[in-house]
Amino acid sequence: MGLEQKLGNMGVVTMSAEKAINWARTNAIWPMLFGLACCAIEMMSTQASNYDLSRFGMELMRASPRQSDLMIVAGRVSRKMAPVLRNLYDQMPEPKWVIAMGDCASCGGVFNNYAVIQGVDEIVPVDVYVAGCPPRPEALIDGILKLQDKIKKEPLTKWQ
Amino acid sequence: MSSVRDILSRLGGIPVGFATVFKTFFRKPVTVQYPEKQKPMSARFRGRHHLKRYDDGLEKCIGCALCAAACPSDAIYVEAAENNNDKRFSPGERYAKTYEINMLRCIFCGYCEDACPTNAIILEPIEFPTGYTREGMIYTKDKLLEPAPAGVQGTPQATPAGKFERAILPFPPIDVSV
Repeated sequence: MGLEQKLGNMGVVTMSAEKAINWARTNAIWPMLFGLACCAIEMMSTQASNYDLSRFGMELMRASPRQSDLMIVAGRVSRKMAPVLRNLYDQMPEPKWVIAMGDCASCGGVFNNYAVIQGVDEIVPVDVYVAGCPPRPEALIDGILKLQDKIKKEPLTKWQ
Repeated sequence: MSSVRDILSRLGGIPVGFATVFKTFFRKPVTVQYPEKQKPMSARFRGRHHLKRYDDGLEKCIGCALCAAACPSDAIYVEAAENNNDKRFSPGERYAKTYEINMLRCIFCGYCEDACPTNAIILEPIEFPTGYTREGMIYTKDKLLEPAPAGVQGTPQATPAGKFERAILPFPPIDVSV
């Protein structure tokens, strides 16, 4: 955030600032549209009225990386798509998180061949892996809740 | 250029729009409050794997690795070891010493379930595996194996000689006298 790096650890002030900031970050994660294959259909249905991601503060799927905090990589990433994915990840503002949704994004899944990246963590750091082929909306929501737990515990000075 | 008449005809759309709004306003919302409530799932839904036990506490899995052979994404790793009567894990000669499933490779197709000769591995509609690391998503035997039924000793067990010679009982002779 900047301030706490200038002032250093101020005990209770820094702690409550950390809590407030993490609370804000947890409850307003805007995901970026990154549907690459069939998992994208499940991601859309998670967003739709039956499962309604807005309940978790994820109102908007942003089509622009500049306005998003979370990248849900839904689907298999081919070698040709990999530099594009990395580029979009670099364009996202800090702090940023990545969910590898489904088997293909997590480790290649059934596509164990030269054309598909064996796990999106080869190119971007992944926070939460969601298994399934494709995962049900419930599974994606489970993954998002796990990510929220992680964000709540994150110390402020990580992004120096 | 739009005339006054044109504008008036367009205004006619407003009550139609509001009618739709008020119709849905009094309808029951369809949203399932997921982490608290869950939609009922089909009994045939294939969730994560469970390794089953017999009623006497012995494991059903005999370590034959047919599931690993049937797996289209090579997600299953099985290493078998010999049973003996002092330390018995499953009926028959062998049991699965190591049983690992990489949940991230698994596509939940259920072929392992079909291939299993003892119905040891069952995909049940219960939970959805998610995790922070790839290593943590490799489910080992202690995660997959269900606990022994109440009041029964788990494995390994000491069993009388000759009781569990075969992993699968032979079919009874077919009655052909019609």
